[in-house]
Amino acid sequence: MTATENQGTEAVTGVPFNLNGRAVHATDGELLIEACERNGVHIPRFCYHNRMKPVGMCRMCLVEVDTGRGPALQPSCMLPVTPDMQVETESEVTKQAQDGVLEFLLTNHPLDCPVCDKGGECPLQDNAYAFGPGESRFIEEKRHYEKPIPISDLVHLDRERCILCDRCTRFASEVAGDPLIHFIDRGSQTQVNTFPDHPFSSYFSGNTVQICPVGALTAAPYRFKARPWDLEAIESTSTVDATGARVVLQSSQDELVRILGLDSDAVNWSWLSDKDRFIHEANRSENRVTEPLARVDDGLQATRWGDATAKVATALQADASRIAVIGGARLSLESQYAWAKLAKGVIGTDNVDTQLADGLPAALALGLPRATIDEVCAPGGVIVLLGPDPKEELPSLSLRIRHAVIEDGATLIEITPRATSLSDLASVRLRATPGIVGQVLVAIANDQLSADVGGVAASDLQAAATLLRGERPLSVVFGRANLAESARYTADAIGAIRSIAPDASYLPALRRGNVNGALEMGLTPGFLPGGVRNSAEVGVEHWPTTPEFQGADTEGILRAAADGNIDTLILLGADPLGDVPDAVLSASAIENVSTVIAVDSFLTDSSSKADVVLPAAMFGEADGAFLNVEGRLSPLSAKVTSPGLARPDWMIAAEVSLAMGDDLGFGTLDELRQEMSAAVASLADVDWPGLSSADDGPVLRPHRNWDLEFGKPADAPPEPKSGLRLLVDRKLWDAGTMTAESPSLVGLAEPAVLRLSPSDAVGLNLVDASHVTVEQGDESYDLPFVVDESVAPRTAWLPIRLPGFDARKLLSSGGSVNSIQARIADGLTDDDAGDGGEPTAESEDTSDGGRQ
Amino acid sequence: MATNDYIPHAPGFVDNEGPKIVSSRFGHADSFTLERYEQTGGYQAVRSVLAGSTSDAAQLVKDAVLLGRGGAGFPAGVKWGFMPPVWPRYLVVNGDESEPGTYKDRLLMERDPHQLIEGCLIACYALGLNTCFLYVRGEMAEAQERIGTALNDAYDAGYVGRDMFGTDVAIDIVLHWGAGAYIVGEETALIESLEGNRGMPRLKPPFFPAAKGLYMKPTIVNNVETLANLPWLFTNGVDAYKEYGSERSPGTRMLAVSGHVNRPGVYEVEQGVVTFRELFYGDNYCQGIRDGNDLKMFIPGGGSAPWFFEEQLDLPMEAADVGSAGSMLGSGALVVMDETTDAVKACLRIVRFFARESCGKCTPCREGTTWEEQILQRILDGNGRPEDLDLLADIGSQISPGEYPAAAHPEAGLTAVPFPPKQTTICPLGPSSVAPITSAIRRFRHEFEAAIAASPAAPESDPEQRDAVVEVSA
Repeated sequence: MTATENQGTEAVTGVPFNLNGRAVHATDGELLIEACERNGVHIPRFCYHNRMKPVGMCRMCLVEVDTGRGPALQPSCMLPVTPDMQVETESEVTKQAQDGVLEFLLTNHPLDCPVCDKGGECPLQDNAYAFGPGESRFIEEKRHYEKPIPISDLVHLDRERCILCDRCTRFASEVAGDPLIHFIDRGSQTQVNTFPDHPFSSYFSGNTVQICPVGALTAAPYRFKARPWDLEAIESTSTVDATGARVVLQSSQDELVRILGLDSDAVNWSWLSDKDRFIHEANRSENRVTEPLARVDDGLQATRWGDATAKVATALQADASRIAVIGGARLSLESQYAWAKLAKGVIGTDNVDTQLADGLPAALALGLPRATIDEVCAPGGVIVLLGPDPKEELPSLSLRIRHAVIEDGATLIEITPRATSLSDLASVRLRATPGIVGQVLVAIANDQLSADVGGVAASDLQAAATLLRGERPLSVVFGRANLAESARYTADAIGAIRSIAPDASYLPALRRGNVNGALEMGLTPGFLPGGVRNSAEVGVEHWPTTPEFQGADTEGILRAAADGNIDTLILLGADPLGDVPDAVLSASAIENVSTVIAVDSFLTDSSSKADVVLPAAMFGEADGAFLNVEGRLSPLSAKVTSPGLARPDWMIAAEVSLAMGDDLGFGTLDELRQEMSAAVASLADVDWPGLSSADDGPVLRPHRNWDLEFGKPADAPPEPKSGLRLLVDRKLWDAGTMTAESPSLVGLAEPAVLRLSPSDAVGLNLVDASHVTVEQGDESYDLPFVVDESVAPRTAWLPIRLPGFDARKLLSSGGSVNSIQARIADGLTDDDAGDGGEPTAESEDTSDGGRQ
Repeated sequence: MATNDYIPHAPGFVDNEGPKIVSSRFGHADSFTLERYEQTGGYQAVRSVLAGSTSDAAQLVKDAVLLGRGGAGFPAGVKWGFMPPVWPRYLVVNGDESEPGTYKDRLLMERDPHQLIEGCLIACYALGLNTCFLYVRGEMAEAQERIGTALNDAYDAGYVGRDMFGTDVAIDIVLHWGAGAYIVGEETALIESLEGNRGMPRLKPPFFPAAKGLYMKPTIVNNVETLANLPWLFTNGVDAYKEYGSERSPGTRMLAVSGHVNRPGVYEVEQGVVTFRELFYGDNYCQGIRDGNDLKMFIPGGGSAPWFFEEQLDLPMEAADVGSAGSMLGSGALVVMDETTDAVKACLRIVRFFARESCGKCTPCREGTTWEEQILQRILDGNGRPEDLDLLADIGSQISPGEYPAAAHPEAGLTAVPFPPKQTTICPLGPSSVAPITSAIRRFRHEFEAAIAASPAAPESDPEQRDAVVEVSA
């Protein structure tokens, strides 16, 4: 993308070579196949993929090359251009070689194109028209395999169609780091397969389907759903997580049927997580809210938009300080602005928070100097990971970091409470016990490197200090690593890094969709759009008013609501009952609020308790913009019609405002965008119409570098008198609404497992046990457990919420670090464990935390 | 196969008259023990090398023109010089001998493992490296056992490892057993296998092992026999070494002769001097064709080599001469076939080997070799078609473009096409499958035509078989 533009100018000073008698240039080190492409000559290929290392396997890209020793056939995908190379892509010898390879590939290919999903967009089909003989000379028996075999819940493999290009297998091992598929057997019986009893259960398995040059790999959700020539397509951005992976939405008959990764140089390099790729199933869910609902007696009943908004308007007549808004990360940037204007600029409440008490202070995300993904992953840099496992929360970002460390010489410092998918790549791993991470970095900042801190060895502190204080560019990927400890400790750690490395730049690893847009648009207490701190002196152009008080964050809002101090609570696509770590508090809050208004696409735990539900358009149903983790603006595109009476969120805000008697001042998306550019300084120069055609999208870089006051670091939390400190975090496949509404994804969550250190396994006498009982107050669970050496002693690591399991019942807010009691499960040993005793007390390989 | 069928062992070493450089101890029953090795002058050469300087040792190998014995015949000293000054660097010993017809390295490992170990030590010291990987073919159980025992003994004696021979030099030799794949005899595939990957060749460039080999570090890959020469060479010197063999190819070679000769076996033969005729018919060597039959054809350098015939018998076994005559000496495997041999069957037999052993990486080899096998099998099954011979030629040219190397055929007015062939594949395995086909059809086209003429009609594919779903994976 942008690289292509640059290459145009570089080529003049690049490597001269001769292409079919024409003098052209390649860039330094450029592969011949790329250099030819850039100079207008397409060389056919199957195994070559620009985002993976070449293997020279298919031999389709053979061309005649003369480097001074006479012409010879060379695979152009593996040959860097050297000065004055003579290249013949159309000679008789080249053509004969390419024709020959194509004929060979077709000898055993089943030619079942009419019933193949790939038919119509198949590189083999396309090349068969351009190369090789028109009729096959192969009269022997073709090879046969069982057709097709599922190699995971999402991917099917038809080995008869496979041309053994090594793309999927290379992707699995090189890009994803999940080497679960491989070649077996040899000769013409060579085939791709999984290892026995190990399905291809990678978070990234869908990418193999996209890069398969034939129909050998097909995605279970798409099989036989559509033909390529019937598909309509539009470029958009995935809202599954904050990475903002660029995608192509494809629809047939007004239904989203497929999402493909878009090769964005700056963001996701065409790779998607399976969640990005298959989440569109939720759009078609039967459980969509398709019309406004209002509570009548004990139930929700369909009503008209006018009646619904009138009800909402009435509920919003309360005193501004008794009105609160939670959520908004699901919304487009425009909708976020519209709701911010309604809440803060019209109603005048500052009780607005997009984060659900599971994030970090907004000032950290807004005010620290921001790094782009490219800057974080720049060759030779140092990356600090201070947060959760990116593979679980921001999977496509984790692939970029992985590549940077493996291929580009970046160095990773991992400051996480447990092993992550990147641990193997980290040069230094600081594993602080829960609540201690701030102390660890303060010790480095104060040069106290001679003693262990919070379970981190002095030698590791020294190694980290050397890298943190070194000359190489430093970027910090930070997020909330442990939902059972206060966000305060992470903030302390960042404060310490600020003093150790003042020039470091930051990438906030907050996970939820467009959360960065929501923060930028002011859906957080104390801020107005554009990262402007709210005060009596500032206002926003086009806004009638601004809040006259400092509002509360989500935890504060819920506490106020539980205490009866909130009358009306608006849930913008938020499900506090399902997502806020303190489930008891959110239940009490929803109970005690007089009116709950939900703007949502589904009846979640929370929205089903609402008094009014306003149906919102989903991803793929409304145009807008997305602000990703690095502050890059990219388009969200409408491809299908939203069902029933659902409409875009910004329109709902405008309708509600009208019902209250206030015109928000925009009736179309264009008018809304014009106002945003005028009202928000960071959006002043945005070329809105050009957004959808811009390659990677502009990065909003307000060059903020606030002088944040971090205060005195919190003291170490007291060691629990008994029991284990809790480490609670998220898995990609969890009990979230969108996953639950996608039939192909709902079964992918793994059962909950408790992980604990070897010493605790011994201490709790678990050696012969398979299950452990954890309890806090009246709540208790029997869980299988795994011994994990990356978990600190006296710590228990749990996933927060999976189908059938909810660790939040063990949590309470307000404390510093939560803890639980644990004991051997009564009467459960290996022999009588019901589920076959999958997890064992044996020390297992913890290099990747045992996660896939 | 009936249980009472007697399967003879592969022929062993033939202790004939002539110079013995690497097989000097083969006559002893306990040739593989450390005691015998030391009694016969073993581990003296490495001691003297350790006392000298590194550059001397490398230069000596260069001066001796020690040619690689793995197949390509590249001078070992020159190869050693390709290493960039980068450490760590490795020596890898290619003991994955698996070319059809070759079994001389197996004997060298079974009969005199210490000679190989000493050769490795000298090479490591000369190359300035301290880790050597000895890769032994998976099927060679006895060789593995003998080398394993010998290595243990040598370590115990303080000849390998830290402070070897009381010096401050440390060289480790790591024994690695292959899993049984022909292609791992190719050096880049061997390196892949050694790294724990599937044995598939790497493309050269960019992966010339001397610069980017094992673990992407400079790596010298030498054949077993090449290194087995070093103890004698360093004991007796360059001049003594050059007294044997021709000027271009000094020293001796271990040649494995199999097939229809009266005395098959491995012979240590002076390089570039002895002719094929002397080897096959000489009293000191194979003593003629069995039953007094006529020679039909012979393979001069293993299954991958194009065939030679009566006309080439008087060529000396000199790499360049054999190459310009249209074949190669390769790894020193000679297969002799007499007049009773069916050329089509012989051709299929060799092609099938390559089809089964293709690693599956390059399309032309993976698909082409199997297709060739299927066509040849069909012809022999009585389902040949006249166009099959052209088809075989086309498939061959799609794996190996241009004219394929072949011996002259004066009767048909065909001149020799010199070695080597061109290739559309990474390694020469695919093109190797073309050798028997080109050789056989060029010389014995009438036999193929006769087989085809005997076919009733074009084959109908059996619909039942066509629709059958065969589950191939275990």
